[in-house]
Amino acid sequence: MEKDLTRRSVLQRSAAAGLMAVPAAGLLSACVGAKDEAPKDDNAGTVTATNPLGVKEDAEVEVVIFNGGLGTKYATDVHIPSYKKLFPKANVKFSQTEEISTVLTPRFSSNTPPDMVNNAGSKLMDQGKLVGAGQVADLSDLFEAPSLDIPGKKVKETLVPGTIEQGTYKGKPYVLNYAFTVFGMWYSSKLFKDNGWTAPKTWAEFTTLLDAMKAKGITGYAYAGANASYYQYLVILTTAAKIGGADILKNIDNLQANAWKDPAVLQAAKLWGEIGAKYMDKAHLSLKHTEVQLQQNQYKVGFYPSGSWLENEQAKDTPAGFDYNVAALPAATASDKLPANAIYAAAGEMYFVASKGKNVRGGKEYLRHMLSKEGARKFTELTKVLTVVQGSTEGLTLSPGLASSSKALADAGANNFSFRWDSWYKKMDDECRSATNELMFQGGTADKFVQRMQAVADAVKADSSIEKFER
Amino acid sequence: MRHGRYPFVLGFLVAPVVLYTIFVFYPITQLVFVATTNWSGLSPDFDNVGLENFEKIWQDSTFWQAVQHHLMLLIALPLITIALALFFAFLLNMGGGTRGGVMQGVWGSKFYRVVFFLPQVLAVVIVGVIFSRVYGPDQSGIINRLLSFVGIERVLFMSDYGMWAILGVLVWQAVGFYVVLFSAGMSSIPADLYEAAVLDGASRITIFFRVTIPLLWETIRVAWVYLGILAFDAFALVMVLSIEQGGPDGATAVLPVLIYKQGIRESEYGYASALGVSLFLLTITFAILALRAGRREAVEH
Repeated sequence: MEKDLTRRSVLQRSAAAGLMAVPAAGLLSACVGAKDEAPKDDNAGTVTATNPLGVKEDAEVEVVIFNGGLGTKYATDVHIPSYKKLFPKANVKFSQTEEISTVLTPRFSSNTPPDMVNNAGSKLMDQGKLVGAGQVADLSDLFEAPSLDIPGKKVKETLVPGTIEQGTYKGKPYVLNYAFTVFGMWYSSKLFKDNGWTAPKTWAEFTTLLDAMKAKGITGYAYAGANASYYQYLVILTTAAKIGGADILKNIDNLQANAWKDPAVLQAAKLWGEIGAKYMDKAHLSLKHTEVQLQQNQYKVGFYPSGSWLENEQAKDTPAGFDYNVAALPAATASDKLPANAIYAAAGEMYFVASKGKNVRGGKEYLRHMLSKEGARKFTELTKVLTVVQGSTEGLTLSPGLASSSKALADAGANNFSFRWDSWYKKMDDECRSATNELMFQGGTADKFVQRMQAVADAVKADSSIEKFER
Repeated sequence: MRHGRYPFVLGFLVAPVVLYTIFVFYPITQLVFVATTNWSGLSPDFDNVGLENFEKIWQDSTFWQAVQHHLMLLIALPLITIALALFFAFLLNMGGGTRGGVMQGVWGSKFYRVVFFLPQVLAVVIVGVIFSRVYGPDQSGIINRLLSFVGIERVLFMSDYGMWAILGVLVWQAVGFYVVLFSAGMSSIPADLYEAAVLDGASRITIFFRVTIPLLWETIRVAWVYLGILAFDAFALVMVLSIEQGGPDGATAVLPVLIYKQGIRESEYGYASALGVSLFLLTITFAILALRAGRREAVEH
């Protein structure tokens, strides 16, 4: 504490003079006003059965939602009205942005953050660093609180197993990963039906199918190199997990020595590198995800790797009858440790409450409304994406893509897995994007890919200024 | 009246000095200060780490890639832009030969003047978006579409020629302004000088190199400094046009984008500030060198 206080006083001195600006060629600027950091609890209300978190009923709560594949309608039309219904006197201040970090970083550095943030998109804030900086509120009490509309159950008992772990940093739950996302290769049922194709189960079937697509002038496999190469590294690591078991991903997350040099990662990179060299269109390296997704809607692309938000994101451009469908990645070898229907599936889309916001309780209460059965059901209805709330699809008519991702999830059973290093260590994420593009588009080799990633993992491990996490 | 002069002069000086201190000098000292910390930008806490950030920069291969790109831009951008602008300005003002001893612009020069200046009034981001269509890698790209008509294989501009493609856009946008600048300079050159040259039988090319250029030297030097400073920027274009904002693999890395990525994306404001200091030093060094090196006897007229 003593050390903190001196640090703070140094800052107060500099801040007292006015503002602390970081003019990097006039691009970046941030103000640091050193305010009292003690969490203010003047927004406490009375704890009752309907208000388990003790929200002050007329206190404003500010939420910021990322406007991307999921849109923002679910917040404005579902969760905000739900909050206001319970607390009619409270105002919910809503704003949305496509660039979370640009808009919110200055607010965190000046200790005036909004109460609830949806940290997502390609410009999300480094969640691990936010937690490390003490900017994120512990959600334990939220998960222990009774559910809003599932009687007799605590919030944590209504969630898909693994949800809380996915948002746990250093033993405490800090982040709610709300959307349950299924990753796989997406294709058009219509295209496949018209040509008599079926989703491949083995690697040989996969390449045969890609050859057939090539013969028809269709680019068999595509992703957007300009801004979406992380879809592809997810695919490479999914294949690695299938070959060598999901522990490979755990080792990578935990920065274990030579985790990237595991033979399974090398083999997965080799297999996908060959797909890149043989079946992909080099032009896609300089296209953005929306452009490649549009090409798929025009039946120019066969398979496209993505998460289950894709159907909603493309809703405007998808021709009638296109029928999105998702396939698990084909088995890589005959001796894979995991079955062919194993998938990457994880609670994703981070929502967190700022610990230094004006209304921390309100922020948590907002999340409780998101985690209500009704809130989750309507979210799924609007976004066509599953949530971490169990049974929230009951009574919904599922769209083709959503139905197929639910089915893929059911088929996989216990064989679903995920990794977290990409949100823990942004540096590795950045390097992996480049390494993946090199491997898939620019004649890179699997060896080089593995070496690059091991090198950056080692660098992150050795850098004492980066907060480390484990799972 | 004399004794009232100092307060009067001081009164005028105080306002700009205060403004300059608050908005320029103070932020720069803060930048240097933050550069010696490990501030993440996400909270008000930080530790002082001395020159560690600069050590990291020294070992950062992307930084050196970016410096190389700036050097390339520093040489190529002024050279190409000034050459083109001088050429166009000469054509607009004197390219039409002489009529009654007076130099004339080429036919339709008023129209061309507007055309040249047009890119200058567009916002850089808009220019970026336009060129993302121009450089499109497939049939939807304007250049590749045209190339396909004459049977030339498509060119993957942003993947294979990233920095050159960016240079192309920078030149395209800058030329117009310098055409106007040089035109203004040329019109201030007395007509009798040209008259004399024409009477002596000088060709248009000789007139350009022996009369116009020496008399425009000061303007050209200023243009060189402006364009050199522009060469240290290129932020918006790289952000909009390039693959992975500075890629592939740092092939279009420029310092302002690195600063942005380190500061905003990776939440390392301390390191980003150290990069900012480096950029500042590079720019200042260039400006001083350019003004020194370009100094030579101005030709009076």
